[in-house]
Parts: sequence; C-alpha cells; structure tokens
Amino acid sequence: MHRLDELIADAPVFAGLGTGDLTLIAGCAQNVGFEEGELLFREGEPADTFYVVRRGRVSLELHTPARGGLVIDTLEPGEVVGWSWLFEPYVWHFDARAATPLRAIAFDGACLRGKCEDDKALGYELMKRFAQVMIDRLQHARVRLLDVYGGVGVG
Amino acid sequence: MAASASVEARLLGAMVPVAHRVVSRVQETTDTWTLELEPLGERIRPRAGQFDMLYAFGVGEVPISTSGDHDGDGRLTHTIRAVGAVTRALCALEPGAVVGVRGPFGTEWPLDEATGGDLVVVAGGIGLAPLRPAVRHALARRDDYGAVSVLVGARTPQDLLFVHELEAWRGRLDVEVDVAVDAAAPGWHGRVGLVTTLIPGAVIDPPRASALVCGPEVMMTFVVRALVGRGVPLERIWVSMERNMRCAVGHCGHCQLGPTLICRDGAVFPAAAMTRLMEVREL
Amino acid sequence: MPFGPGTVILRPRRDVDQLPTAQSDTYVMAPEGLGPLVETLREEGYRVVGPTVRDGAIVLEELTSADELPHGWTAREEAATYRVERREDEAVFGWAVGPHSWKQELLPPRVRLWRAAPTNSGAPTVDEAPAPARPLALLGARPCDLRAIAIQDRVFLEGRYVERDYAQRREGAFVVAVNCGEPGGTCFCASMGTGPRAETGFDLALTELLDGGHRFLVEVGSERGRALLAALPVRVATEDDRAAAASVSEAATARMGRHVETDGIRELLAANLEHPRFAEVAERCLTCGNCTLVCPTCFCTSVEDVNDLADGSAERWRSWDSCFSTEYSYIHGGSIRRSPSARYRQWLTHKFGTWFDQFGTSGCVGCGRCITWCPVGIDVTEELAAIRATDGEVDRAQAG
Repeated sequence: MHRLDELIADAPVFAGLGTGDLTLIAGCAQNVGFEEGELLFREGEPADTFYVVRRGRVSLELHTPARGGLVIDTLEPGEVVGWSWLFEPYVWHFDARAATPLRAIAFDGACLRGKCEDDKALGYELMKRFAQVMIDRLQHARVRLLDVYGGVGVG
Repeated sequence: MAASASVEARLLGAMVPVAHRVVSRVQETTDTWTLELEPLGERIRPRAGQFDMLYAFGVGEVPISTSGDHDGDGRLTHTIRAVGAVTRALCALEPGAVVGVRGPFGTEWPLDEATGGDLVVVAGGIGLAPLRPAVRHALARRDDYGAVSVLVGARTPQDLLFVHELEAWRGRLDVEVDVAVDAAAPGWHGRVGLVTTLIPGAVIDPPRASALVCGPEVMMTFVVRALVGRGVPLERIWVSMERNMRCAVGHCGHCQLGPTLICRDGAVFPAAAMTRLMEVREL
Repeated sequence: MPFGPGTVILRPRRDVDQLPTAQSDTYVMAPEGLGPLVETLREEGYRVVGPTVRDGAIVLEELTSADELPHGWTAREEAATYRVERREDEAVFGWAVGPHSWKQELLPPRVRLWRAAPTNSGAPTVDEAPAPARPLALLGARPCDLRAIAIQDRVFLEGRYVERDYAQRREGAFVVAVNCGEPGGTCFCASMGTGPRAETGFDLALTELLDGGHRFLVEVGSERGRALLAALPVRVATEDDRAAAASVSEAATARMGRHVETDGIRELLAANLEHPRFAEVAERCLTCGNCTLVCPTCFCTSVEDVNDLADGSAERWRSWDSCFSTEYSYIHGGSIRRSPSARYRQWLTHKFGTWFDQFGTSGCVGCGRCITWCPVGIDVTEELAAIRATDGEVDRAQAG
C-alpha cells in the first residue's frame, strides 16, 4: 500500500472505509506543510480543499473589526479541517491558520465531490462521517456556551 | 443529690474559629486571590483535598479548599474566588489582617492509593486550586508514580490559575501539562475546546491510571465519562463534590448529598459512588 | 483534630448508670405523688419542663407545680387535625404528643454560640455561651421522644465533633418517662420499634393506670431515679399492678393510628429517587416546613454571623433551619433543590432512608406529629406505602 494510503486509513474520519474507497480518496490527496501563522484557507473562499492534521495545530478563526482574528476552535493531529467542501454553497465560513508548524494531508474536495456524485455509496459513507464530525463539534460548542466556569457552578 | 451541673472537661467549641493573620495576598485572576495565612494560636494542617472554614470577622464563613502545601509551621494557603459577601470580604483583606479558621475538614485526595501507577489530574476553572497540592505532592515523590499528566480547562487564558507554576511543571520533562480554554484571547496559541478534548491524547496507560477530577459538576460528569471511555477504571477516579456548607462538623444537615455528608464523607469521593447521584436531578 | 493539645472531648452523663428494669424495682405511686415529684426536682436545682395546656394545645413548658400538668385533658389527632378536649376522668397523661418535642429544650430554636471582641494584639477574644444555670428535668417524656433524643445524641455527641451547646443541655438531664396508654390518631411508634413502652433512657418511667384505682406504676431506671423515689409516697408494686401496666401497653400497641412497613425501606427509597409520587405530593405540599418544626429528630440548623458596628464585636448564632426552604441548598448562583418535589423527596428519603447511611439509625420515631401538623394532611405512612406499592416507577419529566 502507498504510504499516503496508510496515513489516510489511520485518520479517524475515514475509519472503516474499504480499501477501494481509501485508494480512491488517496487519489485526491497529497502531503502538505505550512509554516506557523500561514493560512490554510480564508473565510469566503471556495471550499475546494480540506485537510487532516498530521502534526501540529490548526486554529479556526473569525475575523472581527477591532479585535482582529478570534480563535473559536483548535484542531489537533488526526482531526479533519473543514466540511464546507461537502455542503453547498461550498464556501468557507472561517479562516483556518497553522497555529504551529504544520504537516497535514490535503484533499481535493472538488475532485472528491465529483467522485461522490458518481459513486453514491461512497458519498453516503463520507456524509455519515462528516456529519458525525459536525455533531461532535456542535455538542462541544454548546457545552462551551454554558460557560460553566464563569456562571453558575465553580469547582 | 444534685445532678452534675458542670461539664466533665472544658471543650473548645467546634464552631469557634482560630485566629490567623494574612501574610500575603496575591491576585491570580480578575476575581481570584490567593491568601497565605499564619497561625496566631493553634495550628491547622489540612492535607491535599481537605478544606478549612474561613471566617471574615463579623461577615461570615465559607469553605475553601487548601491550595498549598501541608506545612510544618501551620501556614495555610487558600485560593478564593470573590463571588459573594464573605468571599469578597476575604479577598479584600490586606497582609496583617486577622482571619478566623476552623478545620481541617473533609477527605483527602487518595495520593497514597494512587502510587504505583499513572496519575491524571483534570482541573476545570477554580478546580485547579484544590488539585495543586495533589500535583505538588506527586511531583515531590515523583518516583512513586508512573506517568503524571495534568489537564487544565479554563474559560479564557486570563482565567487560568497559577500560570507560572503550570509553566514550571511543563518545564519538567517528567510531567505532561495540557491546557484548553473555552474561548481564546488574542495571542493565545494553545488549544481551544472543552477540557475533555485533552483526555484522548493524554500520555497515560489507562488501566494503570488513577484520576483526580475537580471542577464544576457538569464538567466533572463529562470528564468522568471521557476517562472511562479512554479505559480508566471507574474505581480509580475521584471527584470533588460541593453543596451548601454551614457548620462543616456534621451537625447542621446542609451539606447532604444523598446518603453522604460532604463535610464528613467528602468533598473528595470515589466517582463510582457519585455517578448515580450526579444523574438524579436536584438531589 | 482541629483543636490544639489539651482539648478534651466532652462525654455527658446519660444512661451511664442505666439499670435494667427489674421486677423488684417497680413501685406504685398515687397521683398525689406528682406534686412532691415536681417539688423535689425543683429543690434539687432542676428546671422541670413538662406538659401543660396552653393556647389550645398540650405544650412543653417549665412547670412550677404538678397542678400545671394536663389533668383530665386529652387531644384528638388526625391528619391536619389537633383538638384538645376534656376527659371524663382525671388522667394526667391520657394523650400522645403535642406540637413540642424535647428539641425545644436540647436544641433551642435560637442560640448564641459565641461572641468575639477584637483586641489590639490581633486575635479576638472569644466568649462561648455558658451552660444553662440549671440542669434540665424532662417530665413526661414519651418513649418515641426518648428515642428521638437518642437519635439526636447520635448526631450531636457521637460523631467526630461534639455539639457543645447540646452537650451542655443534655448533661445530667433527669428523665421521667411516661409510657403511652392512649396512642394518638397518627401514632405509629409500634411500626418504628420505639414504643409504646420505654425500655431505656430514663431515670424513672411512669405508666398511668386508671382501672382499679387511679395510680402510676413506677419503674426505676437509674440510681438517682431510685434516690428520688425516697422523697415520694410510693409502695412496692404487686403482681396485679405490673400486669395492669403490661396490659395498658399491649392495648396501646394494638391501637396505633398508623402503620409503616419498614422492611428494606432504606433500599426502597434509594431505588426510587425518580418515582412519580414525589411530583404528586408536591402538588399538595406547601413547603411550609411545619413537619420539620414539629419533628423531634429534625436537627438542621443554620449559622448566622452578625457584627455590632458600635463596638466592633461579632457574634455567631445558631437557629433552626428546614430543608424545605429554597435557601437551604443554595450554592453560588442558585439552589440545588428548586422544586417542591425535590425538597419533599429530600425530607422523606432522609428521614426514612439516608439517615441510616449517615447515622446508622432511622430518623423517624413514629410520633405522628408531621401528619397531625401538616396543614394539608400529607401522611408519610401513606406516601411510603404508595411508593412501595409502585416500586420502580420512574418519571424523568419531573425532578424526582
């Protein structure tokens, strides 16, 4: 197996996919690196490339007037960066920046989208996994909104 | 024949505070201070996990965990968050002021029981204060433990307690320190997320690990679930519970949590004893 | 141990010289003997507290003479009902219990624990409240109430810390128990194993006999009880007297107003914390806390710190509190038990269940006061029976 195949098979978001699907996905992937502070993508840009972190940390940011970029989430090794490539209007909602020197796998989302249209079964498998990622992130965000440290209830 | 009208022996009432003097007052965050107290009379020696009742003269008393070392000369360290009349009064005291102290009360972190295996300490918000003495204890007897992992959650980077000490721990090669904040501030290059997100990556061997958890009850519930999900046995997890506390000596009934009195049977409890109680609402 | 060297734990005299009740140790006293009983206790320096009729109830107050006892009175009790009535005979103790229990005396509603005055040296001086000037004599303590005192002794004297004020009041208290001949409509001491006879915890125990001549069987429970008898007009009891007393107790046992199945009750309540019955009770319960006020074992108190701006001194006061109040469970931001159903659940499950975990006994003595004095007549025996009958039902939509 290709070394890239192995890395992709190890990524939690692709767990349980068959070899055929993995090879297909690997065909849209390549190893990439970013320097600390470099942007992976910017809010508003077409969402065509998504990433899985291999080493380092990615921060998701929202740019606001006066306060600049506010980090709303950070992503660690093994986590997937970006799901907007799979859902219309295929546009990024946040900035993604390398918070540290970063090594990642980049995936050609536009290419994968095309393959999912042709192979609905693959499309369904990817939908399930990315939906799960979103559910987890949503739950975490909701609990953080509770502000348990600041409001009612102190340790 | 007259009944014995006098008591058999003189008793210093369990409700009388012992005078201490404020030695130092350090501001930790916008609403949290650490006071160091020296005894003016009897010495009180809380162990990691235990708490004292701190009395602001004429204002009232609150239970505060010890956040410093078990010290031979009776000095006390308490980290206090100013959230009400009494805590605000305590946090406003300058060095030289007199504070009343009763204690020590409650149960200890099971640091002896945890030897021989990995130690995970998970702290949320002010929960790091009662855990600091536990971490210091483990680091002072480093060889008694396997891997030591300190996972800290806070609201924002400005709400982190003991930042210098966290850095010092991080600087040691034999401790893992991981921090996550709910919301970042400019200049924060660390993790953003719930403290539970630190658990999957902690460098521990779960079946051999003991976990000490302290923070808001909601946070502790999630953390216990995540630790068990990672393979840490429930019987090796301890939590610190909180309820309304008045007398601290088991006479007033306020601190009841189901079958327990927190002042006597807690605040440190085995998580296994607490999971069902934490599930039932308004218990 | 939080106190310095030299501190000694107080162990008050109580039951120290409790004697097993021997048949040879029973006497008979005429009702006229109650007068000298009260007088002698007062002469020996006791503050005698006993029942008297006032404000439409039989309450506990300091007595200056036996004339103040409720001769010829009874009280009719049912759920949410209490009525004193005149009897046709002159029985002194022909009733069960009134709204007061001995916690009025041993754990007074409001007590100053200490006063502290600042000094120049830094450490304030602290003056703790002294012991009462006169020791207490309890006249007419019912067996259920004696068990309630023993239960509170467990809380205040037998834990890691001693409740100083309680210990001082309890110290040397003289107990004249009265066995019950007329259980009230809400009594269930037989179910709880606390009556209608007192077996222990008294210096003297009286059983009032009406048939065959109004008299009292007197059982000696301690040496000082025996010594007191020397001042009273008594004769040695006969077999008939003892048999008469025994049949009074038997008859009382058979006439209990209520009954509770206590088998496995601790486990039953622990397993039914989310039972829908709690929400049902909450629709009736006013959370007024009457039950906790009249209950002889309820011991919850609150601590209040006050200061005197004039002279800079500070005081700490202790006062009765109730788990039915919303502030009771307050921690920064809100109360844990907001809903009435959660608060009722706390009271019921503590009284009959978790009290075992905390103190090793039941918290209930079956005196029935909570049923009598509940303004809406909530009956704990009925609630427990309902939960037992539908053991395992769960209603997660409610708090409990």
